[in-house]
Amino acid sequence: MTTPTPLPASGDGSFITLDGLEKVFTVRRRTGPFRREKKEVRAVDGISFTVARGEMVGYIGPNGAGKSTTIKMLTGILTPSGGRLRVAGIDPARERTRLARRIGVVFGQRTTLWWDLPLRDSYRLAHRMYRIPDDRYRENLARCVDLLDLGDLLDVPVRQLSLGQRMRGDIAAALLHDPEVLYLDEPTIGLDVVSKARVRGFLRELNTTRGTTVLLTTHDLTDIEQLCSRVMVIDHGRLMYDGDLTGLHEAGGGERTLVVDLARELPPIDDVPGARFVRADGPRQHLAFPAAASAAPLVAAVAAAYPLVDLSVREPDIESVIAKMYGGTHEERRESLR
Amino acid sequence: MVAGMWIRSTMAYRASFVLTLVTSFCVTFFDFVVILLMFGQVRGLGGFAFAEIALLYGLTGTAFGIADLTMGSLQRMGRRIRDGSLDGFLLRPAPLIAQVAADKFALRRLGRVLQGLMVLVWSLVLLRGEVAWTPLKVLMVPGAVLCGAVIFSAVMVLGASALFWLQDAAEVTNAFTYGGNTLLQYPPTVFAQDLVRGVVYVIPLAFVNWLPALYLLDRPAPPGVPAWAAFAPPLVALACCGIAALAWRAGVRSYRSTGS
Repeated sequence: MTTPTPLPASGDGSFITLDGLEKVFTVRRRTGPFRREKKEVRAVDGISFTVARGEMVGYIGPNGAGKSTTIKMLTGILTPSGGRLRVAGIDPARERTRLARRIGVVFGQRTTLWWDLPLRDSYRLAHRMYRIPDDRYRENLARCVDLLDLGDLLDVPVRQLSLGQRMRGDIAAALLHDPEVLYLDEPTIGLDVVSKARVRGFLRELNTTRGTTVLLTTHDLTDIEQLCSRVMVIDHGRLMYDGDLTGLHEAGGGERTLVVDLARELPPIDDVPGARFVRADGPRQHLAFPAAASAAPLVAAVAAAYPLVDLSVREPDIESVIAKMYGGTHEERRESLR
Repeated sequence: MVAGMWIRSTMAYRASFVLTLVTSFCVTFFDFVVILLMFGQVRGLGGFAFAEIALLYGLTGTAFGIADLTMGSLQRMGRRIRDGSLDGFLLRPAPLIAQVAADKFALRRLGRVLQGLMVLVWSLVLLRGEVAWTPLKVLMVPGAVLCGAVIFSAVMVLGASALFWLQDAAEVTNAFTYGGNTLLQYPPTVFAQDLVRGVVYVIPLAFVNWLPALYLLDRPAPPGVPAWAAFAPPLVALACCGIAALAWRAGVRSYRSTGS
């Protein structure tokens, strides 16, 4: 562990600083009737990055990559095994309750609202627990109710809310105390298109008008595309990529898929420049093209030469981008961990 | 405040609350009925008369009741740790221990305190002529209850800290708290010396009522225990709090949360 030296909260513009952060879990595995084997699992294996105030960052990676573990260390829930961590100049594990006033957290898979009581009661509790001044509370609540359309839901017990409604309720609860940074762990998981759009719109608004720093994990590439100027990819507890989204596609050699429905079954389309034939299901054909390229000229070329009925463009999902990006090294690294 | 929310949730079912309060009162009272029945058959127990046993019972009953009322929710924490819902508590700007203690706060546990207090008052009425009261002895009654409650609470916190590593050890703690409470309802002379030494030096439950009560009744301390030990409960309570606080801190730091 490095010796902690005082770090300016925002002197160099960095609001969140991770330096070689590690989290090691010891897992005991039964290997025989009476024998147990201890095994170390490095959930987070030396991650370093900084996030500036007001940034909106996507934190992505496959399941079990260490995303949630990182967020839990950033909020002080988990104590790091090694490395250094500062959020707004505070060491989260040491001063968890002091930090709690300055951060907001939403776990998509878990609610912090009171199950049997109406939303309003949960908000009232936050009002008192965070000691939010009355006028700030009223103003923030009114804004959240307005933007997240919670007006009719305030007096409904939480257990009766739909998933999308509850998610909006959770986001509002995390913002009543004016946090400087908002962590969202899978905020759009399980939501329908309309709810997703509403949540995204709200987050964008929050970031631009109030300058709230946002760090979100997601499996939905659209979240990142619409919200984040910066993406970090983590896999096996290590930071694999840190940059913008286009760069990620280039680095990963990601391909988008153009799905075309032709009027009838035809031989594979292999004469359109920039596209590669993948497969055909009857009159439907799948063409791959580089993620960074525009789909428009491709569509025009296909439409000019073939009887086109319908088409759609499929984005590569994050898993496959990452899998491509580190395809070769993936299995080797997995082996070396054993 | 969180406790207030739970009380509000409970008060939504008022009749049910009254019933559980009465039940809790009765269930703990049966403990005492056992002692009453026993004295229907014998004149004394381990050299102690009925009123003296009632004093022991009242002291530990009240002290344990207070500890159970405030800290009894701690044993629920095992489930919170296993399903990861402790995460939510750790995100709030309030001490974790206060939040866990207030979790599912059950006012019905007040029944236990009331019952213990009733027996304590009754025993004091019975004993008023037999004890040579001095100001120190008068002070010792509320002092013993208070220190006893702190000692029981500390043992509960200590046991709850173990949950961070063991997850399902609530029953072990219960053996020392609920079990200890039952043990202390009987005079030390009834038990084997090794057991008595154990609750003096290992898990200091003897300081809850045995040692203060022996002093009140002008009886000698158990063999091998110095006479001044009767005045040690505040120190013992303080030491227990210190140990419990250290264990709790270590526990929170090794909290592992759950996947996702």
